[in-house]
Amino acid sequence: MTDLTSLGVKELRDGVAKGDFTAREVAEAFNAAVAEAADLNAFIVTTPDHALAAADKVDADRAAGKDLGKMAGVPIGMKDLFATYDVQTTAASHILEGFQPRYESTVSQKLWDAGAGMLGKLNLDQFAMGSSNETSYFGNVASPWRKAGSNQPMSPGGSSGGSSAAVAARIAPAATGTDTGGSIRQPAAFTGICGIKPTYGRCSRWGIVAFASSLDQAGPMARSVEDCAIMLGAMAGFDPKDATSLQMDVPDWEAALNSDLRGKKVGIPREYRMEGTDQAILDSWERGKAWLRDAGAEIVDVSLPHTRYALPAYYIVAPAEASSNLARYDGVRYGLRDLPDNVGLQDMYAATRAAGFGDEVKRRILIGTYVLSAGFYDAYYTQAQKVRALVARDFERAFEQCDVILAPTTPTASFPLGSMNEDPLTMYLNDVFAVPASLAGLPAMSVPATINADGLPLGLQLVGKPFDEQGVLNAGLAIQQRAGFTAKPEKWW
Amino acid sequence: MSNYRIQGATGEWEVVIGLEVHAQVTSNSKLFSGAATAFGAEPNSQVSLVDAAMPGMLPVPNRECIRQAVRTGMAIEAQINAWSRFDRKNYFYADLPQGYQISQLYHPLVGEGSLLIEADEKAGIPEDKVIGIERIHVEQDAGKLMHDQHPTMSYVDLNRSGVALMEIVSKPDMRSPAEAGAYLRKLRAILRYVGSCDGNMEEGSMRADVNVSVRKVGEPFGTRTETKNVNSVRFVMQAIEHEAMRQVDVLEAGGTVVQETRLFDPGTGTTRTMRSKEDAHDYRYFPDPDLLPLVLEDDFLAECRASLPELPDAKRKRYVEALGLTPYNARELTAEVETFARFETLLAETAKTIGKDEAAVATQVANWSLSVAPGVIKALGDEGDPANATAAAQASILAMADKGEISGGQAKEIFEIVLRTGRDPNEIADTEGLKQVSDTGAIEAAVDAIIAANADKVEQYRAGKEALFGFFVGQTMKAMQGKANPQLVNQLLKGKLG
Repeated sequence: MTDLTSLGVKELRDGVAKGDFTAREVAEAFNAAVAEAADLNAFIVTTPDHALAAADKVDADRAAGKDLGKMAGVPIGMKDLFATYDVQTTAASHILEGFQPRYESTVSQKLWDAGAGMLGKLNLDQFAMGSSNETSYFGNVASPWRKAGSNQPMSPGGSSGGSSAAVAARIAPAATGTDTGGSIRQPAAFTGICGIKPTYGRCSRWGIVAFASSLDQAGPMARSVEDCAIMLGAMAGFDPKDATSLQMDVPDWEAALNSDLRGKKVGIPREYRMEGTDQAILDSWERGKAWLRDAGAEIVDVSLPHTRYALPAYYIVAPAEASSNLARYDGVRYGLRDLPDNVGLQDMYAATRAAGFGDEVKRRILIGTYVLSAGFYDAYYTQAQKVRALVARDFERAFEQCDVILAPTTPTASFPLGSMNEDPLTMYLNDVFAVPASLAGLPAMSVPATINADGLPLGLQLVGKPFDEQGVLNAGLAIQQRAGFTAKPEKWW
Repeated sequence: MSNYRIQGATGEWEVVIGLEVHAQVTSNSKLFSGAATAFGAEPNSQVSLVDAAMPGMLPVPNRECIRQAVRTGMAIEAQINAWSRFDRKNYFYADLPQGYQISQLYHPLVGEGSLLIEADEKAGIPEDKVIGIERIHVEQDAGKLMHDQHPTMSYVDLNRSGVALMEIVSKPDMRSPAEAGAYLRKLRAILRYVGSCDGNMEEGSMRADVNVSVRKVGEPFGTRTETKNVNSVRFVMQAIEHEAMRQVDVLEAGGTVVQETRLFDPGTGTTRTMRSKEDAHDYRYFPDPDLLPLVLEDDFLAECRASLPELPDAKRKRYVEALGLTPYNARELTAEVETFARFETLLAETAKTIGKDEAAVATQVANWSLSVAPGVIKALGDEGDPANATAAAQASILAMADKGEISGGQAKEIFEIVLRTGRDPNEIADTEGLKQVSDTGAIEAAVDAIIAANADKVEQYRAGKEALFGFFVGQTMKAMQGKANPQLVNQLLKGKLG
């Protein structure tokens, strides 16, 4: 019998529907794979019963001849930023350790409604702040990938590092991610999988622990473009509980997948040729152009002149919003409370937040508080918003000349855990190619392109016009078909 | 010009007052959540996941709250901003679950407007005065801390958390406690006319932050203090009086007024320091990224405007110009929603019953509504049931009076019986003998008898002692047991006495 854990979303869904195997067999296979993979530290909690219950429901529905959902029989990993009913939801923080919501996030509910089940809650950078999965209160996630001939643990990227590690290690066929400034695309690139951040507003933010509200978007992470299209279709949709949710129909992205790019123009932004970018990355970009040309697209040069200001603007806007969004973790109503003897309210706040937040979270709260302070607001926050508008305008103008933009996802391949901790700014640079699309709210995807000399995966990024997830997925599919990326990490866990 | 001045040792001081009124919007649910808003519910029984700021919860604006604020803005003839935005005001407190209040600093829903306070000599307002209103914005209320439930701990009640408030900010246009009082009463009346706030200050539906400064007449504004959360018109006036005196004392002693936030103590009528400018929060306002800008469509604005009732100033003007009421009566009748509603119902009913225009009976109905009826009701106290005072019953009484069938005194007596028993006024007049005699023959007989019995006084009257006319009227009425139609009595006496 086929090893079920080698299959992706589409194969599992179709196999269950056809009766090649039962949903329960699938859930059991992945539950077992998860249980064996503790060394990856990809999960904060596992929920095998949830996966089994969902699977049994699908098997029963199938037996009863009922219609099956888009994700029927597919167990997935859920990034621990999504509130899940009665299942601990921590955002990988100490301050929310033990917190069990009595509500279910819109996106996770839509996935369960589509027939998916949950293998567990995936580790991440604390409150989604980080690019290496080293800021989790529950320990680092190790990438299943290692440099050729080395035992050094590598970063799975972040913040959706538990998601990327689990999917790359084939202990989950797919996982949810969230992307604020690259948190889906960068880990996808680091681990040789696909991940798409849809247009801002496509997926409801209701029930997702907020990092930076104007940037946060949920999206799927899986091993193929098709699987991403299927899962995104189950996650997206208007939600009246989120005032920033897009009131638009969700197209059938899976059905409309088409890698014939004749008549399409692919823009190559010249400002993305930055110093410090690996030659191997630049080479993969060249190959990407060739693949898309081969698929029928015309390659055109475009300019995104404000690219170099995007990262600094992001590191003002995102911490500013975070400093306010995280004010609710105060020890009063839920989560950690540290109340020393004989002290007042302010001391309780200080003690609780000092104990409950990690260093990176504190750093960003400090930055955010600073940039919003009287006397600094205009110089930082207002200025950053202006830059943000210019970055968005850059894309608007570029999209007058092309349909989709091709760029690297990251300036480097994955790095060893612990190697980037000296200087947070170097770490922040990891998201230099990802952040502009986040600031502009555009759909963007990373697809695996190749393997570098160390045997580590490299990703290519596609950025589309607002609401044109289809254009992004189609170009991604064209690359996937030509890249022939079949490498997978050798099992060491 | 207000002539209110504080006499200091160094001369006269003028008081400058601005008010920030927080008015709870009348709506079934909160500004950004579906939770209920009833007053007096069990603690924490009206709290949604959003109000408790659970992780991942998001605010969604409540259309009805926005509508009420827009209608209020229209009622003060203010600029309505079709594009406005919500900002976060960040600070930590146990009654503020989100760690920020969603408010509107940079782009409020309602811009500049104004409100008229009327001349009131008695209160020290010599002439009508327009008070400018800077803005109205909508924002969330906070919860409430309860310190009396446990010896060492404070409890938090989040029922109010997220309730919609309108903050109505006046310009520093008021110059006396009386003007501030008149402004508050007028604002409250407008809110209640519009139906956007119940104006109930005891339940906290309306509270004011009072900004006060003093200056020598003609000088620039002085440094102001802000006294927070004052919850009655009287307290606002007291707070201003006390705070102005305090500032004058400070300045005349050679000190300077410190810009600070103060608290009013209703027990002593004084204010005291809450926090100084140095301790002032840096609220780190920024646009709320969970909410899109609020864009109001033309249809929405048109509906808001169309749904506005006749407002106090327009109503008052109509009462004077179309109904012929005195300015005093018009002001009294339009001051409260309940008062004008009762008046207008009774006016319509009375006009119908009598068969005349409303204007022809308005003064009669106004006098009845403002003085006669309240006097009877008050005198009767618990013995009467106000529910018996239906518009139909009162209109019947007024109609009998209009036809001269009953006297003013009889009208009161009949109304008293109506209040006690709920019986029909016409039936009461008939069976209780409460009708005037308009039978000329009967009155004439009485008049003749009195003239005959008082020949000496008739002589004196005819000689020019006209003051005796009243004596003849009194004697005739007495003979008729007070039931004679006074007009007829006058007429007959005049004729017979020559």
